[in-house]
Amino acid sequence: MKRLFKTYLEKPELAGLILLVLLVVIFEIRSDGVFLNQDNLRGILGILPETGLVAIGVTILMISGEFDLSVGSVFALMPMSMAVLMVEGVPFPLALLAGLGVCAAIGFINGYVTIRFEIPSFITTLGMLFIARSLTIVVSGGFPPLLPADLPNWLFTSFVGPGHMFRMSFLWFAGIAVLTSLMLSRTNFGNWIKATGGFHPAAASMGIPTARVKLACFMLCSMLSGFAGMLQVLRLGSPLPSIGEGLELQAVASAVIGGASLAGGIGTVAGGIIGTILIRIIDNGLVLSQVDANWFKFAIGFLTIFAVVANAWMRKRAKAIKMEN
Amino acid sequence: MDDAIISVRNLHKWYSGVHALKGVSLDFKRGEALGLIGDNGAGKSTLINILSGVQTADEGEILVDGKPVRIARPRDAMNLGIETIYQYNSMVPTMSIARNLFIGREPTRFSVFGVGILDQKKMGSESIKAIANVDLHLRSPDALVGELSGGQRQGVAIARAMHFKSKVMILDEPTNHLSVKETQKVIGFVRGLKEQGVTGVFISHNMHHVFDCCDRVVAMARGEVVLDKRIEETSIDEVHNVL
Repeated sequence: MKRLFKTYLEKPELAGLILLVLLVVIFEIRSDGVFLNQDNLRGILGILPETGLVAIGVTILMISGEFDLSVGSVFALMPMSMAVLMVEGVPFPLALLAGLGVCAAIGFINGYVTIRFEIPSFITTLGMLFIARSLTIVVSGGFPPLLPADLPNWLFTSFVGPGHMFRMSFLWFAGIAVLTSLMLSRTNFGNWIKATGGFHPAAASMGIPTARVKLACFMLCSMLSGFAGMLQVLRLGSPLPSIGEGLELQAVASAVIGGASLAGGIGTVAGGIIGTILIRIIDNGLVLSQVDANWFKFAIGFLTIFAVVANAWMRKRAKAIKMEN
Repeated sequence: MDDAIISVRNLHKWYSGVHALKGVSLDFKRGEALGLIGDNGAGKSTLINILSGVQTADEGEILVDGKPVRIARPRDAMNLGIETIYQYNSMVPTMSIARNLFIGREPTRFSVFGVGILDQKKMGSESIKAIANVDLHLRSPDALVGELSGGQRQGVAIARAMHFKSKVMILDEPTNHLSVKETQKVIGFVRGLKEQGVTGVFISHNMHHVFDCCDRVVAMARGEVVLDKRIEETSIDEVHNVL
């Protein structure tokens, strides 16, 4: 019993999960049962994959001990480069590959510059935030290009499932969430990510290729963000150059609310997703509870601080529970 | 049993103008526990870093079992059976004991290009065995290393080196920041190496610790070996004098 209690206290996503359940109950009562009805849930689930995929990438990168502020800009740049290519007559699959290639290149540059010149990734990716945003507007030529009519929406944004509950994007999100989660917890590569972020000197002295591990995480983070941006553009039907602004900090908030440590080494994909759901639910629940929507950012800010304090407290409690042999 | 398992010949290392190693030649004999002593900046850490692949020498050669080898990365040293336990601790505190034991050498059920699914069952059972082999009593291999005491962590590091059948174990100031009782435990580990046929290199500031568990003492000063004698042929005073 004691051991079970300790094991659960040590789970980094626990604080977020408890808050999530609490908030769902509160909003359900405050909104007179509107919150959990099918239409509202469908709305939440339709947007969730877009911020959720970004949060997954940011969480994994944070576990490896690095940081990415450029995700919001990459979120806009990837669909914009696809749109520009498609206007030129490039078919969708090729444009998708090219877009992901752009993201991979940006992730590579973020990682390479950070590692090669030993500067904080905070700085590298802050620079990339501006660079990628600027590129988005430059390639668009100032006007968002018109998307062609024959896009494979059935693969990304159409509603599916019982009662048309989900968009296809949710299935992509769920699949990627499961795969990345398994990668982190069940593969040796996941072990290397945690070791690299947990204590870099030890990981390096045990022969882990820490530079390559971090590079891979940077690239994965950028590609997930770009892919998420494409999902949003397909849902909206137009590649606006301003999408994803402020998303970088929301994604960090998701990861942190979900228990990821800014210092690296601690965190889970599930935690990052729980953090994202919390933010989406607050956004939606405040409106349904007829609270002034301007409190949204206040709530996110409060939640971020509260979750980190709660996590630190629980970790300390868990440590204090001494187990005999 | 008197042959050298590792020999270094005429090793030189410069750090931006500082001549840190000035032609060091040394034999590490099979099954022997060697104590390496020297003040800060004497070159002992540089020598050890070169043997463990963290740094490379600017000049000179390394022979393992009489054959010249190139140690460019930590992995090269590990493949040659040279395992190093650092003073700053070679464990990741946020990970479990089982995961720490296998960092970088995880058993996988199948893998593509070196990346694959962990064999967690094997990691669990083998880590229990590995810990028991060094006479360490821990509640579970799933406990976080961050919750262990300094001495227990060194114990797990030694268990890891033993588990991977290292031939030479380098302990870089393993007794730093440890309590008296835990220091005795680590010294016990070093004595135990010999019975298992493992060559030990024990680096320390503390003469008493070295004289307690080593067969031979090598003193370094200003990048050179200044003394190399069997324990019974020298004394703490003599070593003090040459430093």
